[in-house]
Amino acid sequence: MTVERRRIRVRGTVQGVGFRPFLYRQAVDLGLTGWVGNEGGDVVLEVEGDRSALDALLRSLRERQPPLAAVESVDVATVAPAGSAGFRIAASTAGSDPDLRVSADVAPCDACLAELADPDDRRFRYPFINCTNCGPRYTIVRAVPYDRPATTMAGFRMCPACQKEYDDPADRRFHAQPNACPDCGPRLAWTGPGEEVTGSAALTAAVARLTHGGTIALKSVGGYHLACDATDAGAVAHLRNRKGRPDKPFAIMVRDLAAAEALCDLAPAARTALTSPRRPVVLIPRRPDALGAVAAEIAPGLHELGVMLPPSPLHALLGADLDRPLVMTSGNLSDEPVVGDDDEARELLGPLVDGVLSHDRPIHVRTDDSVVRAAPGGRLQVVRRARGWVPQPVRLPVPADRPVLAVGAQLKNTVALARGGSVILSQHLGDLQHWPTAAAFQQAVEHLTRLARVEPAAVAHDLHPDYRSTAWARESGLSLVGVQHHHAHVASCLVEHGRTGPVLGIAFDGLGLGPDGSLWGGEFLLADLTGFDRVASLARAVLPGGDAAVREPWRTALSWVHRGLGEETAAELGPALDPRWAAVLSLVRSGRQPETSSVGRLFDAVAALLGVRARISYEGQAAVELEALARTGDATTAYPMGMAGDLLDPAPALRAVLAARAAGVPVADIAAGFHVGLATSAGQLAIRLADAHGVDTVALTGGVFQNVLLTDLLARHLRRAGLEVLLHKSLPCNDGGISAGQAAVAAAVLQG
Amino acid sequence: LAHGAGGKASAALIDAVFLEAFRNEALEQLGDGALLPLPSGDQLAFATDSYVVRPHRFPGGSIGSLAVHGTVNDLAMCGARPSWLSAAFVIEEGFPVAELAALAADMAAAAAAAGVTVVTGDTKVVDTGAADGVFITTAGVGLVPAGRRLAADRVRPGDVVLVSGTLGDHGVAVLLARGDLDLEADVTSDTAPLAGLVEVLLAAAPGTRWLRDPTRGGVGTVCNELAAQAGVAVVLQESALPVRRPVGGACDLLGIDPLYVANEGKFVAVVPAEEAGAALTALRAHPLGADAAVIGRIAGEPERIVLLETSFGGSRIVDMLVGDPLPRIC
Ligand SMILES: [Fe+3]
Ligand SMILES: [Mg+2]
Ligand SMILES: [Zn+2]
Ligand SMILES: [Zn+2]
Repeated sequence: MTVERRRIRVRGTVQGVGFRPFLYRQAVDLGLTGWVGNEGGDVVLEVEGDRSALDALLRSLRERQPPLAAVESVDVATVAPAGSAGFRIAASTAGSDPDLRVSADVAPCDACLAELADPDDRRFRYPFINCTNCGPRYTIVRAVPYDRPATTMAGFRMCPACQKEYDDPADRRFHAQPNACPDCGPRLAWTGPGEEVTGSAALTAAVARLTHGGTIALKSVGGYHLACDATDAGAVAHLRNRKGRPDKPFAIMVRDLAAAEALCDLAPAARTALTSPRRPVVLIPRRPDALGAVAAEIAPGLHELGVMLPPSPLHALLGADLDRPLVMTSGNLSDEPVVGDDDEARELLGPLVDGVLSHDRPIHVRTDDSVVRAAPGGRLQVVRRARGWVPQPVRLPVPADRPVLAVGAQLKNTVALARGGSVILSQHLGDLQHWPTAAAFQQAVEHLTRLARVEPAAVAHDLHPDYRSTAWARESGLSLVGVQHHHAHVASCLVEHGRTGPVLGIAFDGLGLGPDGSLWGGEFLLADLTGFDRVASLARAVLPGGDAAVREPWRTALSWVHRGLGEETAAELGPALDPRWAAVLSLVRSGRQPETSSVGRLFDAVAALLGVRARISYEGQAAVELEALARTGDATTAYPMGMAGDLLDPAPALRAVLAARAAGVPVADIAAGFHVGLATSAGQLAIRLADAHGVDTVALTGGVFQNVLLTDLLARHLRRAGLEVLLHKSLPCNDGGISAGQAAVAAAVLQG
Repeated sequence: LAHGAGGKASAALIDAVFLEAFRNEALEQLGDGALLPLPSGDQLAFATDSYVVRPHRFPGGSIGSLAVHGTVNDLAMCGARPSWLSAAFVIEEGFPVAELAALAADMAAAAAAAGVTVVTGDTKVVDTGAADGVFITTAGVGLVPAGRRLAADRVRPGDVVLVSGTLGDHGVAVLLARGDLDLEADVTSDTAPLAGLVEVLLAAAPGTRWLRDPTRGGVGTVCNELAAQAGVAVVLQESALPVRRPVGGACDLLGIDPLYVANEGKFVAVVPAEEAGAALTALRAHPLGADAAVIGRIAGEPERIVLLETSFGGSRIVDMLVGDPLPRIC
């Protein structure tokens, strides 16, 4: 037997995920001595013993980690044996490592859920049950290292029973920082009209309100939710009225998979997403035979439902007690951050609801629910990256030698901090034009830099001068790296796949400023991380009224018809679109309006021409509804674009769409045919460009690719031609991913 | 081009080029006009402005009346009683004399109504293409009575923000007068001299802190200038902004925000809360102030930001635009 001692450093998401107790149990089982501790963001251990036992420890370290851990590297050094006796867990040291390794928030694990439902357990129906494998993390962390005093649990003093679990390396709650029980932990509080109760009575009161068609605000993991009975059309319509949100779909929460199954067609990927510890809202196709199972007002005009299983023990209790789908929508105003502060909740949400179910565990970082789409074929795509993902780092294809802050776009804003080999994205923040979002942006910048303990040396930003993120960057005093919007989109897709390019990026989205001062959004970019060439794009049309044209898709329809089919057709069509058609047409002709090559706007135009939607009440509504319609249609006739040099010209498609409509072809079929035509034409162009420029990889990015139908059609077309297709997975293809792309570009540029 | 919209870009141009070259105490105030101390204790207000508007005539006025009102109003915003004007003309070769005479008549009428005299001037004729018909530059002087001081540094949280009438009438009138839009709207420029109305305001609200005429860049831009200079938040109520229906309709169609559209006969005033009622009553009794309204308040936080509170409880940031507004919705 040879006694050796090794010093092991484990990097990755290893704090707050039960890593030290895991190693402790392994070491003790293998008869090893030494210690394990947190150092900076890493876990460091020294173990001494027989070589074969040491090897076994390393093996299990690599192969069987705690469920929430994400190990990035394990460094092993042999040191001189110290003759230690026993194995201990050392106290945390701040260390000097700049890495941020706080875990994301985790939905209740099965063991905790079992205890929650067990009348004999001391935490029976205790809404704040958690263990090292589950519970709040990012949302309660004030600073690193992740220890109880650095969380919003600092104010709760553990009772002897909890302390014993916390101190016992063999316990599931060993060093579970938010560990709590009914005797010592957070408590519920209900405030209704003339009613203030706490503890289990609060839950009872909330359940009673929901049962009787009421709407409540409830404090979730990262912020407040607004909830009502999703089967009660009156309650849902009432909530829409009070929130001033006429159409945008509401997410619903169901108690378990079986309840989800009753509403939606669950592909295996959807099941995995629903039950994942990240517990996002999952967009899933509805079951045609269960359309009546929730109120029609939940998701008007859409074929999918946003479904979530309970993200916290409190939600699990509500789900079990009510046993019906509940609307579970963010407690905020549209495009503003979710409300997390209790006073703000009473003030802002109180007037919207019949009562507030709160508790006394503060939320330090407001973090909205994440949203993923389960696409056919098992592909998952993150649409909104927040709770459950943040602050998990994403590996950079090119390391950031100097720390870079990336400030994102304007809508769906996120910020990102790149340092060393990875980048951390903030949670989804929202539309920076809203003051609360702008304030959250500032907090996110501060929080990320505090947790990572680095000062950014440069700031990457969009080229749009009126984005508030750009203005912030310019006033920051940091050295600036301007990144074109669609280059950032392509770069974010490269980051997902650990690539540096060159690649043919197809960036289809709403609007982003091009270096030529026009608004891009239908771009074919030959790009790597350091730069790009615009090798083709959609043809341009006037955007009459700028932002007003985005709110009123009929304007873009008129503009596209005018450009593609001529003055006369536009004048014929105008009166059917809107009474103000003549004035808008003159605006189109005036030569004083912005122009855009946006594919998102083309979707708007087609949606308006098909009578799907002339005016929108939430971003992307027309395009989303067109996709929903197309999924029900027959696509045997495609409506291809024209090709004029390196311009994709929608005119032939629009002409065919209008002719089909005049001939009485069902609009669903036309919508499907438009999708196929666009995918085919864009695919042909991309294949030609890839060949001409000698690349064999195509990246699909930009908000338009939230459209699963288009994405799948185009990807299939490209793959058939032997091209590799990069799709988004864990970074949103929409503007929520822009900050990651900016950070990657800046890292690459600054290295060059 | 970007320097024309009256936002951040033109502010940057002024800072970079002119403030740098001419730096002095009076200029650094960056008011609408300069205030120069006199031995009497009064102050001399001195302002100048050039007028290049197209078309030269629009419903409610012309480049001539505008050239008088603009400069007179700049003086009035300093708290001055305007007295004398100069007028300089850059005329493109071939510009019809009859039209010039008509513009001069407009100027004379406007000056008479404003109680000022045009006492000096200059005329230059330039080659065809070197000017767009006619450009007019006026300068004016007036007296600010001793003890009167209107300045951003007097603005305090809790103060009330008033506007003397509806927003955007001038800018929309001029836009429509260009005639290339198929849009029938009964919109008249508000161009008018404001010195009289300012006296009415100051009599009713002697504690008035600050005044500005929201010309190019509109109310949104001057509120941003105020927020920046005073280090305060300006919080506006969307529902309180007075906008005539045809102006609102045209703005809606054009996709522009009345907050950023030019006015030529309105001021934004900040008054102490306790004087707001009296100020509003007095303004509304005057023909030029009939649509006066309280549109917001001054707050301490967030510093240097203008917010617009909406009916659903949201608060949107009213930006200082960098140039011509570009769509920001993605
Ligand atoms: Fe985008
Ligand atoms: Mg002026
Ligand atoms: Zn657990
Ligand atoms: Zn306890």
